Amino acid sequence: MRRLFVHPTFWPLAALALLLMANGLFNPGFLALQWRGGHLYGNLIDIANRAAPLALVSMGMTLVIAVRGLDISVGAVLAIAATIAAATITHLQAGSAQGSLLPLFAAIGAALVAAALCGLWNGLLVVKAGMQPIVATLILMVAGRGLAQLISDGQILTIYYAPYAFLGNGFLLGLPFALYLVVAVFIALKLLLTRTALGLFIRAIGDNPLAAHVAGVRAHTITPALYVFCACCAGMAGLLVSSNVASADANNAGQLLELDAILAVSLGGSALTGGRFNLFGSLVGALIIQTLTTTIYSIGVPPQVNLVVKAVLVMLVLLLQSPQFRQQLRMLAPAARSSA
Amino acid sequence: MSAVALRAEGLSKRFGATVALDGASLVLRAGEIHALMGQNGAGKSTLIRLLTGAQSPDSGTIQLDGQLIAPTTPLEAQRAGISTVYQEVNLCPNLSVAENLYAGRFPRHWTGLIDHAQVREGARRLLAELQLYIDVDRPLGSYPVAVQQMVAIARALGVSARVLILDEPTSSLDQHEVRELFTVMRRLRERGMAILFVTHFLDQVYAISDRITVLRNGALVGEFATAGLTQSALVAAMVGREVVAAARDSRNAGTAGAPLLVEVQGLGRRNALEAVDLHIHAGEVLGLGGLLGSGRTQLARLLFGLDRADCGQVRVAGEPVALRQPSDAVAQGFALCPEERKTEGIVAGLSVRENIVLSLQARGGWWRAMTLDRQQSLARELVQRLGIKVADVETPVGALSGGNQQKVVLARWLATTPRLLILDEPTRGIDVAARQEIMGEILRLAQQGMGVLFISAELEELTRLCDRIAVLRDRRKAGELLAGCDGQQVLDLIAGES
Amino acid sequence: MSSDAAVVRHTLARRLGDPAVLSLTVTVSLFVVLSLAGGMRFDGFLAPQVFLNLFIDNAGLLVVAVGMTFVILTGGIDLSVGAVVAFTTVLLASLVQHHRWHPLAAMLLALLVGTGFGAAMGFTIHRYRLQPFVVTLAGMFLARGVATLISVDSIGIDNSFQMAVAGLRIPLGGGTSLSVGAVTALAVVVIATLVSRSTPFGRTVCAIGGSEASALLMGLPVGATLVRVYALSGFCAALAGVLYTVYMLSGYSLHGTGLELDAIAAVVIGGTLLSGGTGQVPGTLFGVLVLGLIQTLIVFDGTLSSWWTRIVIGVLLLFFCLMQRLLLRRT
Repeated sequence: MRRLFVHPTFWPLAALALLLMANGLFNPGFLALQWRGGHLYGNLIDIANRAAPLALVSMGMTLVIAVRGLDISVGAVLAIAATIAAATITHLQAGSAQGSLLPLFAAIGAALVAAALCGLWNGLLVVKAGMQPIVATLILMVAGRGLAQLISDGQILTIYYAPYAFLGNGFLLGLPFALYLVVAVFIALKLLLTRTALGLFIRAIGDNPLAAHVAGVRAHTITPALYVFCACCAGMAGLLVSSNVASADANNAGQLLELDAILAVSLGGSALTGGRFNLFGSLVGALIIQTLTTTIYSIGVPPQVNLVVKAVLVMLVLLLQSPQFRQQLRMLAPAARSSA
Repeated sequence: MSAVALRAEGLSKRFGATVALDGASLVLRAGEIHALMGQNGAGKSTLIRLLTGAQSPDSGTIQLDGQLIAPTTPLEAQRAGISTVYQEVNLCPNLSVAENLYAGRFPRHWTGLIDHAQVREGARRLLAELQLYIDVDRPLGSYPVAVQQMVAIARALGVSARVLILDEPTSSLDQHEVRELFTVMRRLRERGMAILFVTHFLDQVYAISDRITVLRNGALVGEFATAGLTQSALVAAMVGREVVAAARDSRNAGTAGAPLLVEVQGLGRRNALEAVDLHIHAGEVLGLGGLLGSGRTQLARLLFGLDRADCGQVRVAGEPVALRQPSDAVAQGFALCPEERKTEGIVAGLSVRENIVLSLQARGGWWRAMTLDRQQSLARELVQRLGIKVADVETPVGALSGGNQQKVVLARWLATTPRLLILDEPTRGIDVAARQEIMGEILRLAQQGMGVLFISAELEELTRLCDRIAVLRDRRKAGELLAGCDGQQVLDLIAGES
Repeated sequence: MSSDAAVVRHTLARRLGDPAVLSLTVTVSLFVVLSLAGGMRFDGFLAPQVFLNLFIDNAGLLVVAVGMTFVILTGGIDLSVGAVVAFTTVLLASLVQHHRWHPLAAMLLALLVGTGFGAAMGFTIHRYRLQPFVVTLAGMFLARGVATLISVDSIGIDNSFQMAVAGLRIPLGGGTSLSVGAVTALAVVVIATLVSRSTPFGRTVCAIGGSEASALLMGLPVGATLVRVYALSGFCAALAGVLYTVYMLSGYSLHGTGLELDAIAAVVIGGTLLSGGTGQVPGTLFGVLVLGLIQTLIVFDGTLSSWWTRIVIGVLLLFFCLMQRLLLRRT
């Protein structure tokens, strides 16, 4: 039993379960799932589907934070990827046959390559130029949306191309395609981290970069690679988002995404100071954030409360992680007990 | 004899299982320069931390001018009259010299704003007392360390300190700067200040100090008048004659005929080490002796690619190799147990198993991971072989004692079956039992054909363990001695009396 | 005479060796070069009012950036400022328009709330050893969330006093003038410069950024100063909110979106090191002016689109960050 409580994912999962149960109590239909027209429908599916972009980015952010980094440019990278995908489709559609899948794959490829380049840029600024991660990625955060607007010429690019809609709206075996993508990335990562030595290296770098360096771990190669991966996650999220709404808005797509991703990572129980990380926890964190949003919409409270709730949540999680705060709690607890 | 300014008696401090300071005493008189000597781990830094309030003693008392004091922060100690100047100057490099002198007690105008003119003038006056005439408006960081130290001393003067502790102030100064510092120290002595001078440079101790207190293994060895103590006697007092159980029995057997493993030619780096030649045979234990700051650690860092050499080259089995980063050295079959165990050795948050497999895994590349079973059996095997006291290999290393942590770092490298093992003070700050075990293991490894570069400050360790001993002094090689040499010969070489 | 010149040259060279001075020199030169380039390319660009408009249009940003300068000097960061500006505009507009408060009373309350909010964040950062960026991130969510809770829609203000203040122009002769907001912002710059240079608080801020451990050993009040720095930043953000409300005559929860990024950019371009300890308030003034000038240039050109502003700011950030790295490495 005790082992259950100290399991790193226990508290995030308990929070998610509690949130869902509370919803189920107030609104009996909330947890219901329906099979309609070969697809599974319901609030749970909807939450998971909407959380997919954030879940992807949270996974990338988890690994970057694990090596004492931070990527605040993910929102901008999402916008760049979405814009490039939309622009590629618009460009190729004219030349290719009706129903051809070439624009689809070209768009995916172009968006991911662009995202990877963004990540490489961040990684090199951090490792080669030795900038603090928050500063290095701030540059792309500021300029990125400008670049995206440059590509889209300041327009919201609308996508009139049916196959592309599959990414964000399509169903596979009754479930949204986006879920498969998230699960696939998660499993691939999990395998990579446990079956190869990458997980060990990442935790070693995050825990003690100098000792890892002395032990022969090539942090200068691994760290940029993680920034590239994080940016690719943002790129995939950009594909999902732009496909979902059949358009790419360079100015507003992925707005505040970096903040939600950091929130998801800290909710999931990873240390924001690096070292200890919990990939599954970050997925749960992303689900918690989306469930909160959906809950707030469904119980009719003004959606603006969402921001306040997030702020309170992040402060709570941070304080509970702070040794000074815990010490204060411990000092208060016996005092309360003796006075009672 | 002049009045006692500071009297510390029976100071003890333990950290977990290790006794850092064991009933040490110190008497500082007004108007004297008193040297505090001792090897690494002798308890010098702990004693200073207790005097300056950075830590509190487990037992013992400190009296300042006859009054008992118990400072709990450096600031309290400073207010009581004990100021400290560290090698790493503890001032703000970005503020101007004048501001550093007056921060915390700025003179103000009638407007409430800082009176910059008065700050500037006061700063010039304070520095003039030390005969330092510099532009006080420039940021402190733009001046050489020597000047920064003078400024720190001037600040201590400004807050009218009774006792001044100079912690290794000369480590990064050149000859001329040292002379300047000594002039200032003498002036302060004349004014009746009590100065505690911590250093590892013997000649400087003799040049300036009146009396010497020597510590070894946390305990007081004795207090001596400088004039009545020869350099060799001083080194002997510092180094001691501890009995080492493990010893090389078949000294030099076969190493003469053994193949040359590593050849170092003119390896050096500016401000760290002047070109050094060295060679190590397979199966040989080469000792590297010398006082702290003699360049021992710098040589190890260059050899392991932690710092880049400006000049010289390293040949492994006859082939020149480029050592740009540690992973290059690891690929060559080198291993390094660093001096700073906590910051450069262990990864505290990872388990014993993960720490042990880390380097082997890093050399194998990230793609080819060892199975968990393989990792565990390797870890268990090494835990047993080195006698690491831990119930479960999944325990985080941070929870282990110092000696066991050191053994984990050693185990990490043994897992890679290195050709050359560099050990930088592997026995520093760990208990006697663990020390014996580690030295026994080193001998076993050498017998199996591994080359070992053994850096140590302990004379006994060097003479009993090593086939050859190279001695560094003042960042250059002072000489080499063969096995079977007398401890006195090594001492003389280290102390520079040959 | 010639030796005098040599001395001057010598001092100049030495001063340029100081990273802060060099950085500021580069910023000021950039401002001059951009102005001259604009002057050669466009008629009327060098008119005095064009430059005065820089102050009028960027008064809010300038005030926020000054507060941010202090925070960054300690080695911290404050991401909540844009949200605090938005919150202040909504609070003010709501109090004045819906609850019929006198604008001055409402302004006073808004300033108090902003200062208290910043102090609370500073206390949390210092007491619980949390990273400034996450705490102020939570602050950003909170402030913008509460702003939208007060009102989702933009609230227009038709209070006569406030309209009068908004319309007020202080003539400077030759047909040029400044707004009340611009004058306030300039006053803030002057006061902040004095505070930074000539008060124990200002010097302690720099000392903390240089080395927090040393500052503690020197007996400086590190904790109290950190709390006061974030309180100051909160105050500046609230004051900027007041200026925005006067400038726009409205309160809206989406005012000041991304303002924290512009403020950070201005501070960095103004020569303050993001690692803390080195920098000065007048530098930030020029950082803001450079940002404003780029916007003006793009407006004058007419063919360049607005997103170029962001790209240029990004490039400038990159340039100044790399330059700072190089300077730090050299020393």
